[in-house]
Amino acid sequence: MISFKLSDEQTMIRDSLQGFAAEVLAPKARAIDEAGDMPAEVIAQGWDFGLIAASIPEAYGGGGGDRSCLTNAVALETLGGGCASQAVAIMAPGQFVNALIDFGTEDQKAEHLTRFAGETPVAAALALQESQFGFAAEAQRTTAARSGNGWVLNGEKRLIPLGDRADHFLVLARGPDGEGLGAVEAFIVPRDATGLSLSAETGTQGLKPVPKAKMTLNEVVLPGSARLGGDAGIDAARLINQARVGAAALAVGVSRQATDFAIPYARDRVAFGEAIGKKQSIAFMLADMHIECESMRWMVWKAASLLEHNDPGAAKAAVLAQDYVRRKAVKIADDALQIFGGHGFIRDLPLEMWLRNARALTVLDGPVSV
Amino acid sequence: MADFRVSDIDQQIIDKVIEVGNSTTAFTRHYEDNEHEFPPEQLEGEMGFDQVLPLFFKRKPDDTPMMTFQMLLSIARGSTNGVVRGLGLAMPTGRANGLGNAALASAGTKEQVSKWGNLFLAMSITEPGAGSDTKAIQTTARLEGEEWVIDGDKIFVTDGVRCDGAVVWATIDKSAGRAGIKSFLVEKGTPGFDLVRKEKKLGIRSSDTAAYSFRNCRIPRENLLGGDETVPVGGGSASYRGVMKTFNMTRPAVASGGVAKARGALDFATSALAAEGLEVDWTRSHAQRSATEQKLIEMEADTEAATLSVLHAAWLADVGLPNNMESSICKAKGGEVCRTIPQGAMELLGGMSISHDHLVEKYLRDGRISDIYEGTGQIQRLIIARGILGYSSEELT
Ligand SMILES: Cc1cc2nc3c(=O)[nH]c(=O)nc-3n(C[C@H](O)[C@H](O)[C@H](O)COP(=O)(O)OP(=O)(O)OC[C@H]3O[C@@H](n4cnc5c(N)ncnc54)[C@H](O)[C@@H]3O)c2cc1C
Repeated sequence: MISFKLSDEQTMIRDSLQGFAAEVLAPKARAIDEAGDMPAEVIAQGWDFGLIAASIPEAYGGGGGDRSCLTNAVALETLGGGCASQAVAIMAPGQFVNALIDFGTEDQKAEHLTRFAGETPVAAALALQESQFGFAAEAQRTTAARSGNGWVLNGEKRLIPLGDRADHFLVLARGPDGEGLGAVEAFIVPRDATGLSLSAETGTQGLKPVPKAKMTLNEVVLPGSARLGGDAGIDAARLINQARVGAAALAVGVSRQATDFAIPYARDRVAFGEAIGKKQSIAFMLADMHIECESMRWMVWKAASLLEHNDPGAAKAAVLAQDYVRRKAVKIADDALQIFGGHGFIRDLPLEMWLRNARALTVLDGPVSV
Repeated sequence: MADFRVSDIDQQIIDKVIEVGNSTTAFTRHYEDNEHEFPPEQLEGEMGFDQVLPLFFKRKPDDTPMMTFQMLLSIARGSTNGVVRGLGLAMPTGRANGLGNAALASAGTKEQVSKWGNLFLAMSITEPGAGSDTKAIQTTARLEGEEWVIDGDKIFVTDGVRCDGAVVWATIDKSAGRAGIKSFLVEKGTPGFDLVRKEKKLGIRSSDTAAYSFRNCRIPRENLLGGDETVPVGGGSASYRGVMKTFNMTRPAVASGGVAKARGALDFATSALAAEGLEVDWTRSHAQRSATEQKLIEMEADTEAATLSVLHAAWLADVGLPNNMESSICKAKGGEVCRTIPQGAMELLGGMSISHDHLVEKYLRDGRISDIYEGTGQIQRLIIARGILGYSSEELT
């Protein structure tokens, strides 16, 4: 049945995160972006909402709530509407946790999930992106070869969120069997694995203060139990699409934030004797921004909801949501900047930051998941 | 909980509506070429709505709410290839349902609704000199004894040829602007009310479009919809607002008509290209796709976004929440995709897409109207911009 009604719980989560996003994340966003450093306190404050632990089964000490992609999409959009970078730092471990809940064997869940159910933040991340331009998740260059009962990984992973501190990574690699996404496997790799080296990235245009690492995998030997899902493996399309829709949800938040910031400015700013908002070229730009914020949200909700139900239409819906948000979010952030004229270009205001963040979120397949 | 799946029975209904819609495909080109010829009630092989109706009884209370579901059906129906009867805005239940009927339902008194409810009513606002700016209409109505006397010219009246009468906008006090505008029910055959011509159009040729003239046309005093003869000072009258409220309900339906043409063109292009071996691989990333795949994905995403905006506006009405902004949003989206998607589909299909061998060219012609009537895309943006900026219609024009 088609419905746009959030559950009471989802509404509650959205409402409480809205306050946090507006009162805690947004005011600090500019300073954190300038410093290029993510305060541990932000991650701890975000952790306190229990968003990541909520859907960890009770058996592993978690909240035992439904594993809901839609709830996550709502949470991500709301947090993204405060500060996308801080939202990524808070929610990145969810990529690891969600994948374990969805695809992990009992042993894997027992070994890893309990750690994330506690009160102190635990860092973990998905290692997805690689160095090559035109990166495609289904054409991984990182390889996983069988070796006895175990595996050997080789390759390079880039821009891994929280890569400076994560204890464990979920590394995506091309396995020996299958084609395209069917060949993509995920491996639980500890930070101290032999042959694994990590270094800080040089810096990035968008999501600037999110700590990011580059990972080199040189003959990293892993036990058979490191393969996520054990013999069953994973549904890589589902895992990657959850990341794509996660990034899209954040980008919707950024778009909404930029639109809501531009509206009062258009009313206040006077040029040629009247508010610029009374000129159609500005008013219509704002109308389109509003139209597309709404449309993007429904695209993301639909994709998240179908992913949640493991519906046969989910893969297509995720591609559509990602494509739609890719085109619209950047345009909205860019138009918001235009409405501020030269002031939008100056780093005192957040417009240029939102443009950078919108661009980052719509070229990456990640760095958060629904 | 938010959900975007339809139940099995609803999917069956949608499929059946498509089957019914396609059952007259053999006659479609004929009625394109002979645009003022009305198809007979029953074409050879035509399946009727009676084929769909029994399935409705199998719907359960927790199926998609009715208005939302009707939008899905309207999109499905409008995307098919068969002969379109009227605008296809409402389900072809056989019962008269013109735009004027919606106005009567929302602005008429109880007595008026029961008196005229069974007439097929067109809606006549637009004039040669005033379209989007409805408050600038020049047609007048003046009270003489127990009669209103109507004078003026009207154009672009949908169903104006076939209808039994029309809800006609006229001003009873030009100096009062919008507050002076009232709607009147004028039945066909009233002396002084003439059908001047039928328009020839780019598309939606099976929907007739008429021009009217009113010269000393006298109608009973009680034909003023809503019955309020006063001219409120400083602002919109109740009857004007009543009609504007009608648009909140009809805009999603009109938007669904635009989305339907986008859907039809896209489905045509998708299957025609698949037959040529060009198909979207949904597992491939952006950088790995061909230009054709990317274009198909963008068209699919745009059509989906417009569809969801229509469903959202309708769903709000279903659950009793205000939807004035959302009905403009979906009308703007429907108006966008009705243009861009058929254009894009033809671009992908290449030269043969213009040929009358195929119906894809018809989607471009039929779809185009959706960004014009019931408020152009610009007018929707004005409404939305006023809403978000908090401007009145005087502050943002
Ligand atoms: C097939 C068909 C069926 C129709 N059916 C009906 C019907 O049943 N009943 C009825 O009453 N009317 C009907 N119409 C009329 C339709 O609603 C009008 O054509 C429409 O409202 C636009 O008015 P217009 O054609 O006078 O264009 P105009 O109002 O002259 O507009 C011309 C252009 O200017 C733009 N514009 C106008 N005002 C503004 C503004 N303030 N800001 C920015 N841009 C602006 C418009 O968007 C448009 O692009 C129908 C029209 C057609 C073609």
